[in-house]
Amino acid sequence: MLTFIVRRLGFVVLMVLLSSILIFWATQVLPGDIATMMLGRFASEEARQNLREELGLNKPVVTQYVTWLGDFVQGDWGYSISTRSEIRPLVMERLRNSAMLAGVAFAIFVPVGILLGLLAALRRNSWVDQTISVGSLAFIGLPEFVSGVVLISIFSIKLGWLPSQSAIEPSSGFVKAFPYLILPAITVALTTLAYVVRMTRSSTVDVLQTDYVRTANLKGLPPRRVLFTHVLRNSLLPTITVIAISVGWLIGGLIVTESVFSYPGLGRLVLFGVQRRDIPLIQATVLLIVVIYGIANLLADILYAVLNPRIRYT
Amino acid sequence: MDSPSVTPDIAPGSAVLGASSAGPAALPVLEVEGLCIEYETERGVLQAVRNVSLSVNRHESFGLVGESGSGKSTLAMGAIRYLAANGRVTAGSVRLNGVELLGLSDKELRSLWGASIGVVYQSPLGALNPSIQIGRQLAEVARLHLGMDRGAARQRVGEMLAKVAMPDPEAVMKRYPHQLSGGMLQRCVIAMALMTNPALLIMDEPTTALDVTTQAVVLDLVADLKREFDSAILYITHDLGVITKICERVGVMYAGEFMEQASLDALFHRPRHPYTLDLLGCVPRFETSPQKRSLVTIPGSIPRLDELPHGCIFSPRCGFVREACRAARPPLLEVEPDHRAACIRWEVVPPPAEYLREATESLDVVAPTAGKDVVLVEVDGSKTHFKGPARGLIPGRRTRRWIRAVDGVSLTVEEGQTLGIVGESGSGKTTLARAIIGLTPATDGDIRLRGRSLERSTGRRKRSVLKEIQMVFQNPDASLNPTRSVGDAIVRPLVLLGDLSREQARKRAEELLLSVSLPATYFDRLPNELSGGEKQRVAIARAFAADPELILCDEPISSLDVSVQGALMNLLMKLQAERRTSYVFISHDLSAVQHLSDTIAVVYLGLVMEIGHAVDVLTPPFHPYTEALLSAVPLADPDIKQTPVRLGGTVPSAMDVPSGCRFHPRCPRFLGDICVDQEPPWREGDAGHHIYCHIPLEELACLQAETLVLT
Repeated sequence: MLTFIVRRLGFVVLMVLLSSILIFWATQVLPGDIATMMLGRFASEEARQNLREELGLNKPVVTQYVTWLGDFVQGDWGYSISTRSEIRPLVMERLRNSAMLAGVAFAIFVPVGILLGLLAALRRNSWVDQTISVGSLAFIGLPEFVSGVVLISIFSIKLGWLPSQSAIEPSSGFVKAFPYLILPAITVALTTLAYVVRMTRSSTVDVLQTDYVRTANLKGLPPRRVLFTHVLRNSLLPTITVIAISVGWLIGGLIVTESVFSYPGLGRLVLFGVQRRDIPLIQATVLLIVVIYGIANLLADILYAVLNPRIRYT
Repeated sequence: MDSPSVTPDIAPGSAVLGASSAGPAALPVLEVEGLCIEYETERGVLQAVRNVSLSVNRHESFGLVGESGSGKSTLAMGAIRYLAANGRVTAGSVRLNGVELLGLSDKELRSLWGASIGVVYQSPLGALNPSIQIGRQLAEVARLHLGMDRGAARQRVGEMLAKVAMPDPEAVMKRYPHQLSGGMLQRCVIAMALMTNPALLIMDEPTTALDVTTQAVVLDLVADLKREFDSAILYITHDLGVITKICERVGVMYAGEFMEQASLDALFHRPRHPYTLDLLGCVPRFETSPQKRSLVTIPGSIPRLDELPHGCIFSPRCGFVREACRAARPPLLEVEPDHRAACIRWEVVPPPAEYLREATESLDVVAPTAGKDVVLVEVDGSKTHFKGPARGLIPGRRTRRWIRAVDGVSLTVEEGQTLGIVGESGSGKTTLARAIIGLTPATDGDIRLRGRSLERSTGRRKRSVLKEIQMVFQNPDASLNPTRSVGDAIVRPLVLLGDLSREQARKRAEELLLSVSLPATYFDRLPNELSGGEKQRVAIARAFAADPELILCDEPISSLDVSVQGALMNLLMKLQAERRTSYVFISHDLSAVQHLSDTIAVVYLGLVMEIGHAVDVLTPPFHPYTEALLSAVPLADPDIKQTPVRLGGTVPSAMDVPSGCRFHPRCPRFLGDICVDQEPPWREGDAGHHIYCHIPLEELACLQAETLVLT
């Protein structure tokens, strides 16, 4: 098992390394000169040259990359060009906010998705199943800026139950922020929910037809025990993978949703960085997202292996 | 209720019968009366089981036989009220120890399932939950029905596993299903089913998915357990050979009805229904004559449930049919005490031995193909080794083991002849075939076609070479693309390898369909519209499309019914006689191989153990492994006494090949240190008969004189 974890960890590190090269390369080919951007178009050539010297921009690309990555690993994420402040505290604060939002979204779509999927599978081909399947499919196609606006118009404008904007103080605590989190979290959850529902439904349908479920029934176990000890264990395996992959979707969804709700999260920070061509900020935030994605998949792999003894720990 | 009694005219070989007559005439444990089961399908309501009655006594086992689709499993599962959502029992009565099952609530049923009713299934790997330890799955039954706590249940599981002769029960309990072999898993399932000493034990083809050798061990075990436990057994199988090992009474089913019910002895010696007679005729028999004869087959196929014939449902396929048979459906008549047959002409049904003699004489003798002794394919020291799992983390210092699937095989296939390759699963026979055709490239040695060395992988072979070697796979469902028509499957090799235009290819494909006895109209059908036997015919037509010199048949008939098996073997023999194609015929079952083969190679763990003409391999002296394979075949004749030579355990992993003679850990004729330390010599008998064993041939012949009485 340890070997398995170490090997999977190795893959994650490799994935992060490759992504870091891609990120660095992509930001290099972006048009615009950092020195010009920082100093303004009217700065003298000498001043620009000095700045380049200071930032190490005239060193070979490889050296720049190694320095950047080394600093990132050591926790020195550099200075934002647009806010002229240290990047790390800024990113960490936004990360915390996004994590709160993502956490609430997770807490919605994982249990609800699994529950709806199970319900659809157990009542296969009934109206319950049809409603759930069609409904969840409809939400796959609905982009966040649409579903978000619809939710706002219903729950804040029409009913007035929840705030339409979530522009909280970046440092407010979870309890204080919670009412502001509900609508954006539902928005994020809606798009991902469908994948969880459909995967849970189809794998449960498959498992319900297996011989070992027949064995469990013919052992005389009550239906509830059959479901919990024999079906769920096997039918949730593919769902775990889908949830891990959905972390990627979630991050994409956050960028849009946070903008719709003006929520001070990591997604909006990325967008902010891109709009300002704040290259150090883009690099740091995007690489951080890659790391998060890698860790989520690593955790999913480990959970999958723990639940599935057929995985060979090699 | 009559209990079957041992009448004086019963042959001594069928002493098995005595078991059931031991007790006084007891109340039957299971009584099924007039049971009718329907399925609601897209084709309308199908009556899968119609007005069926049977009874099984304590300690007795009742065999349910019939072709697939005859309703055996539906009957058993319907009787215990476990049907798919679209199935329902419409009439009849099922009593278990006097309790009517058909009126019970779901909750009451569940208290019987697992407690008074145990079930053993066909695929033991599928029947166990892949992600729960064996011990826990078995303990569940003890805790639920015997009210045991965790510790007591665990102990009970240990005892049960010991009762089914499981080596090291403690270790097995901690394993997951995928870590055990099929034979061991089936023992676990049997232990689970018998945990509560149930009144009724249903065994649904429990050995069909196993190797012949493992099947023999499991059958012995069931025969033993039958005495020890009180259960009445309902044993479902399509294999009449298996029936003779286990059952006292037999019911023959056909398209949802009983054709005949009788004691084992009466059924095999005095069948009173032509269908029973035909089934007995289809069973492959060991023959040592060098002439190859066609097999007896049943014409036609089992009718669809929505197109049942008028009158007797077997009449369209029956050789004894008269006009009166088509008028009304015959009832089950009591033809003698405890013997019922649904045939109005039961008096004219001849004894099987006589019928078989006449039927065989009227069949064609397949002319021995000329061109003998011309070598087509030579396999010379062929090895296929795979990379095993690597251990360790640091690159360069990781250790890797090799899986020696084929470990130095040499053999030849002659023109127009058939080489049979037999061995248990894991013996490397399929890998060898795949190396010959190039699908899994060999890693060492040489394979020559007409003296020319072949490239190891298909990708590097020329089309002219690819055309000469074709393959028929075990599972026709998986080897035909479900989205392409039958015609497409046959046309492709014609266009690709035969250089024909599409129109020519279509014409040729229709001819090929006719030659495998399928109507040319099948050209546009999709595989899912065909039965298993028909699909395999298409696969054979496809293999012949490129007009190859060699066809590799990898267990082509194992997944089919006996009646269909015979027809396919006849087809293969006919095509070989017409086209002088050579075959390599692979099976784990010697009885299937011997009919077609001119020469037989017995392989074990990647090496040939014995090779020679079929007649020589099937008569003493045998290699001890061949001997074990032979005695494991369940012969469908209660009068033949087979010496029980049984192999313990399973084929070892090809990563840990035993030292010396690789068969020594399981060898029933193990000598001692010499077998462990030294590789055996090749001992040569007559006419190219070779045995790889330390025991001299004369001694083997002497030891084995009584192993098998060949007819």
